[in-house]
Amino acid sequence: MSKTDPRSAKADRGGPNQPLIIAKDLKKHFPIRSGLFNRQSATVRAVDGVSFDVKKGETLGIVGESGCGKSTTARLLVGLIDLDEGHIVFDGDGLGEDISLKELRRGVQMVFQDSYASLNPRLTIVDSVAFGPKILGLGNPTGRARDLLGRVGLDPNRFADRYPHELSGGQRQRVNIARALAMEPRLVILDEAVSALDKSVEAQVLNLLNDLRREFGLTYVFISHDLNVVRYISDRVLVMYLGEVVEIGPADVIYENQAHPYTASLFAAMPSMDPDNLTEEPPLAGDPPNPIDPPSGCRFHTRCKFAEGVCSAKTPKLSVIGGDDTHQAACHMQEPGSGHSAAIKEAAE
Amino acid sequence: MSAASDTAELAEPVVKTRGYWSGVVRRFSRDPVALTCAVIVLALILAAIFAPYLGLNDPYHASMIKRLKPIGYPGFPLGTDEQGRDMLSRLIYGGRLTLFVGLMPVVFAFFIGSALGLVAGYAGGWINTLIMRTVDVFFAFPSVLLAIAISSALGAGIINSLVSLTIVFIPPIARVAESATAGVRSLDYIDAARASGGGALTIIRVHIIGNVLGPIFVYATSLTSVCMILAAGLSFLGIGVRPPEPEWGLMLNTLRTAIYVNPWVAALPGLMIFITSLCLNLLSDGLRSAMNVKD
Repeated sequence: MSKTDPRSAKADRGGPNQPLIIAKDLKKHFPIRSGLFNRQSATVRAVDGVSFDVKKGETLGIVGESGCGKSTTARLLVGLIDLDEGHIVFDGDGLGEDISLKELRRGVQMVFQDSYASLNPRLTIVDSVAFGPKILGLGNPTGRARDLLGRVGLDPNRFADRYPHELSGGQRQRVNIARALAMEPRLVILDEAVSALDKSVEAQVLNLLNDLRREFGLTYVFISHDLNVVRYISDRVLVMYLGEVVEIGPADVIYENQAHPYTASLFAAMPSMDPDNLTEEPPLAGDPPNPIDPPSGCRFHTRCKFAEGVCSAKTPKLSVIGGDDTHQAACHMQEPGSGHSAAIKEAAE
Repeated sequence: MSAASDTAELAEPVVKTRGYWSGVVRRFSRDPVALTCAVIVLALILAAIFAPYLGLNDPYHASMIKRLKPIGYPGFPLGTDEQGRDMLSRLIYGGRLTLFVGLMPVVFAFFIGSALGLVAGYAGGWINTLIMRTVDVFFAFPSVLLAIAISSALGAGIINSLVSLTIVFIPPIARVAESATAGVRSLDYIDAARASGGGALTIIRVHIIGNVLGPIFVYATSLTSVCMILAAGLSFLGIGVRPPEPEWGLMLNTLRTAIYVNPWVAALPGLMIFITSLCLNLLSDGLRSAMNVKD
């Protein structure tokens, strides 16, 4: 693939230090309509003020429970759903100001969880992969598609003319990766892309993703609920809870030292391979609160064992942990002078 | 999710042959009932088309002395009607109009209804509301009443029956098309195509039509029998085809007075309607299972 133009230094407009994508205060609220005249009766705050950036060449892992807004965030980044509020800046170009949605989609592609539902059952896989290049008007779309199928480990002579139902789950997910790469993106969003695969296939696809990242100079946003997989592939990790960012930091740091009680309970829920380190009691009880009517203050206070009065009264801000400004958490215990008993002690010391 | 995708894999029969249609043909050819019905329907259509070459008596030639002759009367294998015209010839010639008025409205409604349903299902929002609520207004009337109302407003005649029956069948087809499209629209591959920058028309053409046309087509074939009965009904009521044209519904009407004199001959047009609509129904059932439509 000599056509490296979108990924070359020339396309690297903002320079190596410019984050590839900056998400600023993203908000997406889904209206719930009911009643006789479809009046809006409530709002689901799926994504409620999420900010982060992704540096060039890194992999940002996003973790969180079901329904915390991970997938909505992903769809916002690709422009599949419209933002209610907030800004997306792609390599220094603001969406809607410097670049259009179409240009953003050129640079950002997505791989979905359900490998079967994300391929048209009536198209051969080579046609599915060639669809994007055809739309873009790139020359020889079929040749490109066959080439890409080869690069994701599917021999085009054997597989190109097959239909999705003739492939296994892992093979289909490889096709989906090829389809995303056919648009020559710089950022690929992997929304639970390996979660539906069995473990051995999952490992193969993860290795493939790592190889492709090096080969094409890609940047990934990797969404998963599997913390082991996230640790394996991510440079940094972002933890979401009820549509908000609760903690973000380098993967190694977060895996060693979780600053937010929610992150801590997520990691405590990871099955351990050590027989001496059994999980005796559930680290977190109950379901997440309803995002239609999220708790006041810190959204986690209803399930947090350290919750105090201040937690339901004030919304914690993301604050730097331990002098390292790459690691941030939104918890009153980490915020000096917030009024939480643990925080006061920390500030006094 | 892994379980779901695995079952999806199993539910889809592993067809070794290339392509989807060869599988449909193969499954259809193993269905004796559907195959028989296909042959009967095909024979009726061919007979109607080639009626002038079959060496039949003139279907318009009346004879006052040979009225209401029974089945098997010399020279008239199926007897004669109340004006002494050859029943066999009139039944075959009648198939021309009956099948034409019975099938064409469904064909027209298939195109118009599918287009409306595709647009409504893909666009969603207020476009969907506008199209589907309008369709619902027509849907609110019983189809027979609606056909009679439109036909009598427009006046008798073949073209007017075609128009009224087309209007009657657009709503149900649009409804099926809309729900099939909305179902496909929410799948990830449509999102992936949108992320690839495909416009609405391209996505409908490449990714949606192929996946919704099957169920709509099968549904439309099941409507042909209803349409034929309605068309015959309109003629029976005198707001469809006008005499002396041979048409099964109209023949049923004019022969109804002879039901006590010569019941077998009088029942023949009804028998033809019955056989044809039954065959069309079974044929569409066979098509449905051959196309493996999950709905």
